[in-house]
Amino acid sequence: MTNLDLTKPTAELAAQGTPLLEVDDLRVEFRTRSGVVNAVNGISYSLGAGETLAILGESGSGKSVSAQAIMGILETPPAVISGGGIWFQGRNVLEMSAEDQRTIRGPGISMIFQDALSSLNPVYSVGFQIGEMFRAHRGLSKKAARAKAVELMDRVRIPAAARRVDDYPHQFSGGMRQRVMIAMAIALDPRILIADEPTTALDVTVQAQVMDLLKDLQQETGMGLILITHDLGVVNEVADNVAVMYAGEIVERGTVDDVFGRPSHPYTEGLMSSVPQVEAKGGRLRPIAGQPPNLARIPSGCPFHPRCARRRLGAEAAPGRDCATDVPPLRLVVPGREAACHYSEEVLGVRAP
Amino acid sequence: MSEPREHGATAASSLSASTPAAPSLSKPAGSGARGAMGETLLEVRGLQKHFPLTQGIVFKRTIGHVRAVDGVDLTLRRGETVGLVGESGCGKSTVSKLIVALERPTAGSILYKGKDVARMGGRALKEYRREVQIIFQDPYASLNPRMTVGDIVAEGWAVHADAAPRKGRLKRTQELLDRVGLNPDYVNRYPHQFSGGQRQRIGIARALALQPEVIVCDEPVSALDVSVQAQVVNLLEDLQDEFGLSYLFIAHDLSVVRHISDRVAVMYLGSIVEEGTDEQVYASPSHPYTQALLSSVPLHEPHLRGQKDRILLQGDVPSPADPPSGCRFRTRCWKAQDVCAQEAPALVDRGQGHPSACHFAEARMVVPVDVE
Repeated sequence: MTNLDLTKPTAELAAQGTPLLEVDDLRVEFRTRSGVVNAVNGISYSLGAGETLAILGESGSGKSVSAQAIMGILETPPAVISGGGIWFQGRNVLEMSAEDQRTIRGPGISMIFQDALSSLNPVYSVGFQIGEMFRAHRGLSKKAARAKAVELMDRVRIPAAARRVDDYPHQFSGGMRQRVMIAMAIALDPRILIADEPTTALDVTVQAQVMDLLKDLQQETGMGLILITHDLGVVNEVADNVAVMYAGEIVERGTVDDVFGRPSHPYTEGLMSSVPQVEAKGGRLRPIAGQPPNLARIPSGCPFHPRCARRRLGAEAAPGRDCATDVPPLRLVVPGREAACHYSEEVLGVRAP
Repeated sequence: MSEPREHGATAASSLSASTPAAPSLSKPAGSGARGAMGETLLEVRGLQKHFPLTQGIVFKRTIGHVRAVDGVDLTLRRGETVGLVGESGCGKSTVSKLIVALERPTAGSILYKGKDVARMGGRALKEYRREVQIIFQDPYASLNPRMTVGDIVAEGWAVHADAAPRKGRLKRTQELLDRVGLNPDYVNRYPHQFSGGQRQRIGIARALALQPEVIVCDEPVSALDVSVQAQVVNLLEDLQDEFGLSYLFIAHDLSVVRHISDRVAVMYLGSIVEEGTDEQVYASPSHPYTQALLSSVPLHEPHLRGQKDRILLQGDVPSPADPPSGCRFRTRCWKAQDVCAQEAPALVDRGQGHPSACHFAEARMVVPVDVE
């Protein structure tokens, strides 16, 4: 903790050596006919080998868009990366040629999506689709690729893999389809796996199986895992570090224990008290008032201030810290924890149980 | 039929009173006019729904049945919330459709205030449909995009004209919108102008418009973000207190169900495997499926991480077209023995204090108790 560099993301402090991935002030906007939608507004983070970083946010917080930018699969137009850099093992992906970027997708970074059924091609067998990775990137023959596919299906624990390799996606259950997608994603031993809401469409018993599988695979291969989710429970059980996103920005970041145990941003605090617990009936929920903002019209100052119970405006505010006009930077609150709130110290001190 | 009309009128006046001066808005007035708390409203006995599986395009032959609901018993009393939890495909949504008479049961009965819904016809059925309303999961698909919000909320009155006097319906609509937390000036807006949470509020206002006794909530918050989900859960709780409503709350989210429900029934493959108060089912589950389900729920408090028993179920839910013999859960159960394949366990109390449909029911704590 001695050579603390505030310009670098916190997660780097935890990771050993050079990070696999560094995202620096990334900005993505959608240029539509009805105006510019600012989906990602300058986010920075880094990911080390073997680390699991959760990106937590509600719909429209920009969490998926930021992942698509890293993966290089943003639909352009309308989406444009309007600033920042994405450094994969020391090289800026955004400055690479399309051909070089393609060589990273697969062996470097790969991704799994929420909806396995629409992410798989219905007219090809799953074995063919998994094998495609080897045919396209490694130049394997059809037969060898098929054998590899069986191996991978075994690895993601699809029962009777050899028998099911020629089945089509619709013949699999939701959980098994997600395993097929994981098999495709890990086929080329990626350094980084981005999992975008991997279990949201699944039942809780199946969710537990899939999260276990991802953890085991990570332990085997040492890959970095970026887990994009809105589920606080999944973050708590799986991730090391968490970045909480709101209106296209990271509003809080730190280890899961710290952030969930003692939030230092009112939005994180609000999320924690919005969620009912399974371990107790609990009292009345304390939701966050209002609606998430329209990204085409993000509020001035702190984007969360219209919904914030702790906001301070005008004369109430400390000089230069008026929530409606002064944008709070993501700053170090206590060692290992950053938050984008003018009054984080107060939030940190008084979290009600 | 004069009684329901009169009841409609009293409830109408209680609703219109958004000013605190009106005495009829208070809770006891609502529940008092409607009968005693705890009185049984809905009684479901041996409910079954089998959908035929057909083959052929012109001449359809029935080649089997999907046993979506296969023997469900439920009781809903006035003023209480019964939670029905289960994973996708367990038949919980079919139960909700059967209860609001959108589907006819294959067998079994639904008794509403002692009368069999299947034998109701004409006016009695119409009255039943007014008193038992439903809120759907998908706030995008359940509102007609071509109707204004005002028309959506008021549409029920076209059928149940006695639920609101013709004069002043606009005002009632606005009061309803106000009550569910929407701006009353939005009556002329269309559904696409609202967010998901707001649309769900419109759906709630539509259900409330007919002053129902029972609202079947079929996954009402599953499509919403957590911060908005909590707002809607609180709204449902407030409305229940205010109007003496009874809820059948169907969801797959175990935490939400525990929070809102007085009693909980756990469903697996068409039948209920365990039932009890929220404390009984969550703190001392005795059916292996309930235990596995609870142990899979990720906890969001860091200090509780790793403190619960992990029970990982193997395999997938069998097809309801060809369910296992005997106990439905035996193919995935670690306790299964020969008797489980031969004999379907009845849902009875086996010494745990609450009913469990397992031959080897045994209470086991899987979710840590939060001692914070």
